[in-house]
Amino acid sequence: MKRTVLYDAHVALGAKMVEFAGYQMPIQYRSLTDEHHAVRKHAGVFDVSHMGEIAVMGKEATELVDYVFTNNVRSLTANQVVYGMFCYEDGGVVDDLLVYKINNNHYLLVVNAANIDKDFAWLTEHNTFDCDVVNQSDATSEIALQGPLAESILQKTTDYDLSTLTFFTFDDIELYGDMFLVSRTGYTGEDGFEIYGEHDAIRRLFNTLLEDHEALTPCGLGARDTLRFEVALPLYGQELSADISPLEAGYGFAVDLNKDHFIGRKTLLKQKEEKVKRRIVGVEAKGKGILRHGYPMKVDDQVVGFVTSGYKSPSTGLTVALALIDKPYDKKGTEIDCIVRNRSIKTVVRNKKFYDKNYHK
Amino acid sequence: MKIPKGLYYSESHEWVKVEDGTAYIGITDYAQDSLGEIVFVELPEEDEPVSAGAEFGAIESVKAASDINSPVSGTIVAVNEELEDNPELINEDPYENWIIKVELDDTSELNKLMDADAYAEHCEE
Repeated sequence: MKRTVLYDAHVALGAKMVEFAGYQMPIQYRSLTDEHHAVRKHAGVFDVSHMGEIAVMGKEATELVDYVFTNNVRSLTANQVVYGMFCYEDGGVVDDLLVYKINNNHYLLVVNAANIDKDFAWLTEHNTFDCDVVNQSDATSEIALQGPLAESILQKTTDYDLSTLTFFTFDDIELYGDMFLVSRTGYTGEDGFEIYGEHDAIRRLFNTLLEDHEALTPCGLGARDTLRFEVALPLYGQELSADISPLEAGYGFAVDLNKDHFIGRKTLLKQKEEKVKRRIVGVEAKGKGILRHGYPMKVDDQVVGFVTSGYKSPSTGLTVALALIDKPYDKKGTEIDCIVRNRSIKTVVRNKKFYDKNYHK
Repeated sequence: MKIPKGLYYSESHEWVKVEDGTAYIGITDYAQDSLGEIVFVELPEEDEPVSAGAEFGAIESVKAASDINSPVSGTIVAVNEELEDNPELINEDPYENWIIKVELDDTSELNKLMDADAYAEHCEE
């Protein structure tokens, strides 16, 4: 089992450690709910060093990324970030990821921890271009600083004017004297930053930030999941998978069908023209019980879909879920039963944004 | 981790407290701590039978769902309805806040359960 460079810091902070994607990661420190609220109201810091970083470098780097990625990288300028997917020819998702454009000959791809090997193999297999694919995951650590106070906290560590770093852009920034790649991105629905650096520099930054700021709460993967869930950000393996296309999941904005070609385009174009047969919706429970990943959803005893993620949402108190539902049962107001341990709980289809995002744009 | 003496403990982290031939059943401090913040307890109905080792309900924390098993066989004579609205009571005091009360079929089943010392060792494993 791998440990991140912050392992000792987590243990010292009293974290509950769990295995996640081959890494020992903090699921929570004291209280998942307190960590969740800290990010919504103040600021939280997460160790996300398990995430993968793959560089594509060389004369034809743009061509390779363009060929495997659903979104448009040719329109990016340097220092911009874009979200999208790698898809299979059948429209299923290999992974969802962020692409950082460093320059025309250099991109940094940030991928899910569980998919690093698969993504690296996928890129290598399709690399018929004049460029190199380099897995930098083991040499890179990452933390995420998220919440309405994130900017003011980070500003105290640097002379760089962070107010000029706009949503989905990044820069090389000196924090407490060390250099990092800092992007205004995140996975919580709040304003904040994702910070990449060398192991020792990330360790110094994490520890110093927590020492210097009482308003900053260390947060585990538990709160990371409830936060992303409430603002309907997808989790690979749940809302997106080899069996669920980005269009079914409702992330058509990350699929640029105007591009001439990318792997999966043909199938996705057909899905778009013929309309998807099922899609991810929000549902709200009317009875008591929590709706969890994989639970079947039924109308008149017929299975019409399943839950992809569900929680008692800490910010709203509502028992809600994201669910992949067959048409025409995906319409708002449709009543669907969720089968929970042989019991059925009434749910109603609703908007899947359970909580409003609060980005700095 | 609190493990009071005088209770019986199961491997799946429930406790049993016997008073006048009836048994109160709840989950241990170790169990509530592993689960994290409890948001819902699925309670059974009164008068339903339970059998040793079988699940009779479920506890949902923010993170996950977990079955609750009965360490003993018998008939449910009461359920702690307070947990319906205040499931977090189990986090606050897992030994005060029992989940079901069972009339025992066979008190000798209790001999198969652990005492506090044996359970403490079980938690260390």
